[in-house]
Amino acid sequence: MLELCGFRLLLECPLDLSALTVFAPISATDNDANASGLIKAQPWYKTVAALHLWDPSLIGAILVSTPAGMLGLPFLARNPKFSGKIYATEATARIGRLMMEELVAMHAEFVQFYGPDERPGLPEWMKWEELEKLPPALREVVMGEDGEELGSWMPLYSASDIKECMQKVQSVKYAEEVCYNGTIILKAFSSGLEIGSCNWTVNGPRRNITYLSSSIFESSHAMDFDYHSLQGNDLILFSDLSSLNSMAKKGNDFNGNNNHSEPMHKDAPLCDVSAIRTDYDNEDEILRCLGGIDENLEEIDKISFVCSCILDSLQMGGSALIPVGRLGVVLLLLEQLSRLLESSHLKVPIFMISTAAEEMLAFTNAVPEWLCKQRQQKLFSGEALFGHVELMDEKKLLLFPILNSSNLFGTKTLHRMMWQEPCIVFSPHWSLRLGPVVHLLRRWHADPRCVLVVEEGADAEVALLPFKMVAMKVLQCSFLSGIRMQKVRPLLEMLQPKLVLFPEDLRLQCPLKDDSSCSILYYLKNVMLHVPGLRSDFEVCLATDLAFQLKPRKLTERNMAIARLKGQLLLNNGKYLLVASKELLDLSNKQLLHWGSADPVRLLMALQERGIIGSIHWDKNGTDGVFSIQITKPEEAMIETSGTKTVIYCRDKTMAALIYEAFSSVCGGI
Amino acid sequence: MAIECLVLGAGQEVGKSCVVVSIGGKRIMFDCGMHMGYLDHRRYPDFSLISETGDFNSALTCIIITHFHLDHVGALPYFTEVRGYQGPIFMTYPTKAMAPLMLEDYRKVMVERRGEEEQFSHDHIVDCMKKVTTLDLKQTVQVDKDLQIRAYYAGHVLGAAMIYAKVGDTAMVYTGDYNMTPDRHLGAAQIDRLQLDLLITESTYATTIRDSKYAREREFLKAVHKCISGGGKVLIPTFALGRAQELCILLDDYWERMNLKIPIYFSAGLTIQANKYYKMLIGWTSQKIKDTYAIRNTFDFKHVCPFDRSLINASGPCVLFATPGMISGGFSLEVFKQWAPSEKNLVTLPGYCVAGTIGHKLMSGKPTRIDIDKDTHIDVRCQIHQLSFSPHTDAKGIMDLVEFLSPKHVILVHGEKPKMATLKGRIQSELGIQCNDPANNETVLIPTTQNVKINATKMFMRSCSHADFHSVKNSLPCLSDSSFGDSEASNLVRNEKVVEGILVMEKTKTAKIVCEDEFLQTLHVEEHKVQFEYSCPAEKCREQVSCQSNSGPPPSDGNFSETC
Repeated sequence: MLELCGFRLLLECPLDLSALTVFAPISATDNDANASGLIKAQPWYKTVAALHLWDPSLIGAILVSTPAGMLGLPFLARNPKFSGKIYATEATARIGRLMMEELVAMHAEFVQFYGPDERPGLPEWMKWEELEKLPPALREVVMGEDGEELGSWMPLYSASDIKECMQKVQSVKYAEEVCYNGTIILKAFSSGLEIGSCNWTVNGPRRNITYLSSSIFESSHAMDFDYHSLQGNDLILFSDLSSLNSMAKKGNDFNGNNNHSEPMHKDAPLCDVSAIRTDYDNEDEILRCLGGIDENLEEIDKISFVCSCILDSLQMGGSALIPVGRLGVVLLLLEQLSRLLESSHLKVPIFMISTAAEEMLAFTNAVPEWLCKQRQQKLFSGEALFGHVELMDEKKLLLFPILNSSNLFGTKTLHRMMWQEPCIVFSPHWSLRLGPVVHLLRRWHADPRCVLVVEEGADAEVALLPFKMVAMKVLQCSFLSGIRMQKVRPLLEMLQPKLVLFPEDLRLQCPLKDDSSCSILYYLKNVMLHVPGLRSDFEVCLATDLAFQLKPRKLTERNMAIARLKGQLLLNNGKYLLVASKELLDLSNKQLLHWGSADPVRLLMALQERGIIGSIHWDKNGTDGVFSIQITKPEEAMIETSGTKTVIYCRDKTMAALIYEAFSSVCGGI
Repeated sequence: MAIECLVLGAGQEVGKSCVVVSIGGKRIMFDCGMHMGYLDHRRYPDFSLISETGDFNSALTCIIITHFHLDHVGALPYFTEVRGYQGPIFMTYPTKAMAPLMLEDYRKVMVERRGEEEQFSHDHIVDCMKKVTTLDLKQTVQVDKDLQIRAYYAGHVLGAAMIYAKVGDTAMVYTGDYNMTPDRHLGAAQIDRLQLDLLITESTYATTIRDSKYAREREFLKAVHKCISGGGKVLIPTFALGRAQELCILLDDYWERMNLKIPIYFSAGLTIQANKYYKMLIGWTSQKIKDTYAIRNTFDFKHVCPFDRSLINASGPCVLFATPGMISGGFSLEVFKQWAPSEKNLVTLPGYCVAGTIGHKLMSGKPTRIDIDKDTHIDVRCQIHQLSFSPHTDAKGIMDLVEFLSPKHVILVHGEKPKMATLKGRIQSELGIQCNDPANNETVLIPTTQNVKINATKMFMRSCSHADFHSVKNSLPCLSDSSFGDSEASNLVRNEKVVEGILVMEKTKTAKIVCEDEFLQTLHVEEHKVQFEYSCPAEKCREQVSCQSNSGPPPSDGNFSETC
């Protein structure tokens, strides 16, 4: 939550999908529901822990940087008190919507199984006595360490909630300027992680902030990390926490289970502190360090490795199940797999089972603006952007919107005709609790020839708990999902911020040094951090019409000119503009503010010029600067002066004005 | 600072659009088109006016191409590869994808069919396109430190853009060609309410007001249907891209509804290939097509198949799309020669034909005989149907756009001289906006104003607290086609309160507004209060009026109280 210019901006609104693992998948048979200890109920969903403590009416705007970052949005958006704006890139909004719709569609299976959740109040499993019964590990997922997270569980939103939520989303292109409330300019720039994912720049009248989310320098599908456009902002909110994950697993990119263990990059620990350089000679070197070619090649290697593992299984007569959520990984796997199948003359069908598959695949072939240079080049040479277009034309890739065991292996002729094993199945992940992946795991888990490819992340043990014993191969792989530790420093040096907000959690893993040009503040979960301002003054534009009205006066002794300025303040696109007021201006030269003191002799002369005659009377005590002028002509009047105050005694207003004018001419004033 | 606008093409004519605008030391070329009506040096803009020495790289900051029509991009390969411009070039994704198709098609027609010496080669086109940077709509692109550009949706053809350019406080829009009403495959032009010093707009239909599109489409379908049911052949000469797709959607749809089986052909692979591009560029089409493409891509035409030359004289009715659109040569001319003599056949003509083309001759009256050259002539007995749906805005659309943007100055290009003069008069008299319609190679100078950047202290800003800001609602009436974005309107908030401060100007520092108290502090002086006592000096009755506060009255206005 970011407080800026009197507005509150929420960054991201995700769901904790890993928490979904506490629920048991729908059991096809009763004996399936074994003693896993999982909750047998319609799942609820866990949002950001402390979010429900905020009054939704106080949130002015929400910035979303990835599709995953918007899965929790309908919870907020359906709250009648929420009236904020939601910003996301067009592609993120589209993919995010498809994911949410898919979630609702998959969840429907539970609704069908358990019946609609009609009772008001909390579900059975949330009662204390039920919670007590849970195994400790599950209880912690449900309640958090001290029970505070119990409040963050929500029953799932509906399809109409999603629709309503999407209407509140203002979608933008990369580098499109949008203005929140006339004050804050928001711009999204490609982060390289996924199609449409972005980093945000948030520019208010006195602050330039970069909100840096997980970013990848070079991608094989999405547009590269556009870090050049982030240059020049004063403050970077560094929130790429992907390095935390890589730390936890100590450098192994791959973990097979007992019968399949092939760690690939034993020699490349991700967080080798000694590898972090501290000095860079010039910008070129920094740029070279930031280049992503090596990373990208590594990713391609990983994909090839996964493909070869799949091929092994297929050749043994097993099938491959790929519940991978990362769209980019899916697209690349599709291309590589089909090439590999072709070259090894294997005729194995590829299925994609997801309600979103059709629209998602059509979408990815119609978004050249969001893709990397190589893909864009395909547009310019008239080729399809991704390989799946051809695969679908050739019927090598088949899409099923939804699948349950009855229609897959059962009597529905249409599916039966197309279905054959061995095969390769892509399906959504959803923590292995929802959708087709559940049915297929049931079917294949005991077959050692089959292979399951999952992304590393959430606890695989817990995820696979309901599918014991797992004899099929499990290939856990981690794909690059953010900035590598070694690149944080060169990136910061290149962006040249004055302030960096860095997660406390990463402090030890990524030592950054404060220096004269840049200081670092560490932020913690649920702790408000006050960020010192960098600029004391506001930048304002002075409109020409107003500038022409100015009547500057020179203060020669101080080498400056001053002018009284009166106008109306406009705020346009985050910029202040002072324009002449429509009201008639008092164009006289009247001075309204005086300082210093008047010299009596000069005052007397000034009066004389205006036809006023008088004489100086000094203070009896001889105090410096205290005197009075007794005026005799044309009328009786008196000026009484001390160091900081002058009183004009005079009956006639016109004459008083003349005296005032004379006084002004000899005393400092404006 | 002033804007200098040099019109190199499309000045009081249609063809070879090219305008060079200098703003604040930046020099931008908008469009780099070719004139289809000329074959001599007049086909290109006179580039020598940009730089006498021919050093275009230092003379221009960048080139921006609005869309892929040849009269907007046709001279680009010549300018970059032959005349040696190496600087940045910007165009939208669809334009970059399709401009090379148009250029290559044109080059082939010129070289292979007319046997002319080529102005640029295939490699020139390829090399030229490599230098292009792509633009997405609404993206704010920082060309260099000072120059910002942004593309807005223009309708007209796929990828057509209006271009906003800004240097410092000076801003302008060059519209290129645009359409204010949506058509079968494209949406209407859309732009934010911008503050502009200059608007350069096309004015093809400077005086035309068009009626409903629906009626015009029906008329076209009726003519086509009548011809084919009489066993005739329909020739639709068209640009390969744009109009072809729109008519194809129209016909494909009609064929489906009427259950017609007569073949619709596309000449050459070009248009078929173009459809492939359209499928990937769905994001640039109309909302309706965007909403449905996941289920069925509109550009997968059911009834359309490629044409083979041997089919020209085959019997039976058919519909044929052939390039080029104005029958200026190429395949459409070849087919025209064969089909024109039969009164059963139908030839449709695009809404606009350049003088000198056969299309133009057919449009003006109903000739029975057309001379191609000294030896060749064609007897024209076929039906002629002129398509009146052009992807250009009509006069109302231009006036709406000018009124919506309310720029300080308007320049008209891309139109016919007398009509432009009429429109210019309307813009000046009805909207009170200065307007020019320069001829080719003329320069227009436009004065601009500039805001001064100053600083304001916190205390000063606090004196006009945020609570006083109010959104400025635009007062303009809602436009009929609601094609303008109104998001910009809410970006302006006004503080109704009149604020007052003191502007301090020092030689080496940015001028700064401060409050009175702060001002005294910076000077290290104390205020000297002045009081008035409207009484005899002897009387001890004082009026406590001080001139310290803002509301403090100047002594002569006589409005303050005189209570004793």
